[in-house]
Amino acid sequence: MTGLLPIFILLTSLVPAAITFFLRQESYRLRNALNLGGAVVKGALIVAMLVAVAGGASFETAIPLAPGLVLLLRIDALALLFVSLSATLWLLTTIYAISYLGEKPEQSRFFGFFSLCVFATTGIALSGSLISFFIFFELLTLSTWPLVAHKQDAASLRAARGYLLYALPCSTILLVAIVWLESATGPILFTDPPDLSGVDPASLRVIFALFIVGVGMKAAIIPLHGWLPAAMVAPAPVSALLHAVAVVKAGAFGVIRVIYDVFGIERVAELGVGTPLAALASFTIIWGSLRALQQTEIKKRLAYSTVSQVSYIILGVALASPFAVIGGLAHLVHQGLMKITLFFCAGIYDERAGVRSIEGLDGLGRRMPWTSTCFSIGALGMIGLPPIAGFVSKIYLGIGGLQAEAPWVLAVLGASTLLNAAYFVPLLYRLWFREIAPDAEADERAPALVGPAVAAALAAVLAGMLAASDISPLGWATLISERDYLE
Amino acid sequence: MSALVAVLVLPLAGALATVALPGRAARIAASTAIAATLAAALALAAWVAARGVPRLEIGGWAPPVGIAVEADGLAAAMIVMTATVMAAAGLSARHMLAPGAAGARAAFGFWPLMLLLWAALNAVFVSRDLFNLYVGIELLSLAAIGLVAIEGKAAALAAAMRYMIFALAGSLLYLAGVVLVYAAHGALDAGLLTDRTPARTDGLALALMTVGLMAKTALFPFHVWLPPAHGGAPAPASAMLSALVPKASFVILLRLWFDVMPDQATEGALALMAALGTAAVIWGGLAALVQERLKLIVAYSTVAQIGYLFLVFPLAGGASAEMPWAAGAWNGAVFLALSHGLAKAAMFLAVGQWMAARGGDRLEDLRGIATAMPMTAFAFALSSITLVGLPPSGGFTAKYLIMTSAFAAGQWGWALVMAGGGLLAAAYLYRPVAVIFARAEVPDSPLPSRGRQVVPLILAGAAVALGIASAAPFDLLSTGRPQAAGEGL
Repeated sequence: MTGLLPIFILLTSLVPAAITFFLRQESYRLRNALNLGGAVVKGALIVAMLVAVAGGASFETAIPLAPGLVLLLRIDALALLFVSLSATLWLLTTIYAISYLGEKPEQSRFFGFFSLCVFATTGIALSGSLISFFIFFELLTLSTWPLVAHKQDAASLRAARGYLLYALPCSTILLVAIVWLESATGPILFTDPPDLSGVDPASLRVIFALFIVGVGMKAAIIPLHGWLPAAMVAPAPVSALLHAVAVVKAGAFGVIRVIYDVFGIERVAELGVGTPLAALASFTIIWGSLRALQQTEIKKRLAYSTVSQVSYIILGVALASPFAVIGGLAHLVHQGLMKITLFFCAGIYDERAGVRSIEGLDGLGRRMPWTSTCFSIGALGMIGLPPIAGFVSKIYLGIGGLQAEAPWVLAVLGASTLLNAAYFVPLLYRLWFREIAPDAEADERAPALVGPAVAAALAAVLAGMLAASDISPLGWATLISERDYLE
Repeated sequence: MSALVAVLVLPLAGALATVALPGRAARIAASTAIAATLAAALALAAWVAARGVPRLEIGGWAPPVGIAVEADGLAAAMIVMTATVMAAAGLSARHMLAPGAAGARAAFGFWPLMLLLWAALNAVFVSRDLFNLYVGIELLSLAAIGLVAIEGKAAALAAAMRYMIFALAGSLLYLAGVVLVYAAHGALDAGLLTDRTPARTDGLALALMTVGLMAKTALFPFHVWLPPAHGGAPAPASAMLSALVPKASFVILLRLWFDVMPDQATEGALALMAALGTAAVIWGGLAALVQERLKLIVAYSTVAQIGYLFLVFPLAGGASAEMPWAAGAWNGAVFLALSHGLAKAAMFLAVGQWMAARGGDRLEDLRGIATAMPMTAFAFALSSITLVGLPPSGGFTAKYLIMTSAFAAGQWGWALVMAGGGLLAAAYLYRPVAVIFARAEVPDSPLPSRGRQVVPLILAGAAVALGIASAAPFDLLSTGRPQAAGEGL
């Protein structure tokens, strides 16, 4: 029975997806019930799994595909961290999306692919072997494309094409890396690190670089980030999915798997590839922030902010000192909570006030207090103001940098914090201290939009305030790093 | 055992019945023959999976006096794939070629030619005798040429003529090779030839047969007949021609190089075959990229996909045959042939329905067709996934196996061909997918029933399912293989 739990968790997204595709546009109730029901059942199953794992149970399911090709689903602490994050945010995003889309057309297609995306993300989290990871990673690419293209206007189709232009070559590179490595080691399982001694170091360095290109594209590492700001033309729930629930998270998660479960940190240190990756991540952090500063559209500024923030995760795991790893893993969750809050709010400003550009935010704080409070929490968290979650990540990363004898990390974090403030504070100033235009129409009478934003903002604050407890993201991250990576 | 006889006799009997009976009765006879042969094919595969390789010595005469037919795992898998595609094409053709909807000639000629083609395919898959194989592919070519020409339009007739020249030249070369083999060894049975004492003329014989079969498989540079022929035939015919016909001559090549004369395989010859395959991947892909008619895009994609199949020769043949990676490459190639067959048939059948609704297959004609026919559009997109080789699909499983073998063999160049070919396929298939899913003012036109729209979706779903439930097909393929195909890397 317990062996089937991972499959059941996958089915909670796959079954709604499969049924939703065949529903008529008018079947609002059935479609909403299916999607919400799937999200709730999934949450319950994950809670059951958390309890069982705490009790010492382990979950593993293998589905043979071909000789030497096994789809392995298993649950370790890292998988649980990611799957809990994506399941929670999926529930919030589903509530938000149902209200956001209202009676707009093509909803069955939208929610079908939406569930398929979450199915793929869950699969990525639960993958126990490299090839399983790749299969779900590609499924994610394919199921995201129709969502980016959802509006079917010229801009959306261009963004969707741009997404594939980045994604497909990078996935090909990832496949070459996997095949190259596996042809020397046999199928790679995350349960026991492969024996890489038969491969010469020069080849291993090339393979590592290919891996980072392959998964790093989804994490929007510069120079593979161009698709992400372009994709902000998609509806707000899709942005939430791209930036917080699924896509960039899958990329960062992939980097973690590659470093810790494919190569192993000793090997990464031996090959001397960790520091260049940390440097690239640092460059991405600074460059993304600089680009964010130049944007005048809210969603575009947020998108460049994601480029910058996701590389915090990569910086942490590439430095590989205990505190840096914990900080990076915790930021996987923290960034998700804060960024989804910001995108939810950006969507509300667009829907309820018709505001997309930064100038339009003037004085909205008083007219839309709930939304603006949430937005402010997200933005301050990104800057790193205590007690919001982002502060905890930055502290751990900073100490981790010192532990790794890389004091320059402090300079990167400092510069990034200043830049974060530079591109977020003006927004907050406009929201709260400018006067609203006299003819502006703005309200927030949309509880199903505001509710998820409030919940996400609250979670971001709690994750920071309760960081010391065992059940906080930081607590889990500490557990993961102690249990799996830094014995 | 009786299933083995049935897959050969039933389509042939059906072909005769459809010639003899008048219009409506002919269609009923055709439907019956299709259903019966499909059932026989499934029964045969079940028999092979459960009990091993059935062998039949016709008339009770053992080779070298008589001839033998034998259904190993490869034959059984190809026969099931063929039956699936044929049944789908038959279902689609019932309406498209109904009297009134098509010319009298198409309505009369389609069923006999289709069933004849089917009988010839099955005969090629199970034959163990080189001359018998010649008869099979000759019959196959004639039926295929007839299907290309069936509508009698000038362009189709020209395409059929060109096809015939290549097919006949190919047959002659093959026959010349067979003659040399017979002169040297006095035997034509595959089993007997495997244990022969090699003769001086064997290399020449193998070369002649191979070039002849390459022409029939439409491997670059012998591919020039394929796009006009497959692009010009009626859609159900194109589905069969593109999905099945090149696979028959490819299967013969597999048997020649791996079972009959593996001793003649030199490194240079094997590499040359894969090099031609590489050229096909690039040329077919680039040509598909610049076509404006969807059927031609799909046809050029067949040219490219056939190229992949030839990568198997250096990876699993010659000195590689004894290596652990050989099985992966061999299985991968057969898997690719199977999944390409299903996906390509789905594509042609989908395009056929769109053409019927919009009156043309230029990309501009098809803008926004997904709104009117979402199921066929989804089928086309799923088929694209398998042709590009993205997971999860049969195409991906095949690609993974071949690429892993290539890296293990140290011949990573062939792996890069697969990888680059996939990107090229993504590029040329993105155009039609983007067009059919674009938003457009849709002119009202009569649509096919949902029941018919679902046919391509089933085929495409089967191509994807090959990548998910691939364990059973793999067990089947390893049945009767001389080398341990089950192990892999």
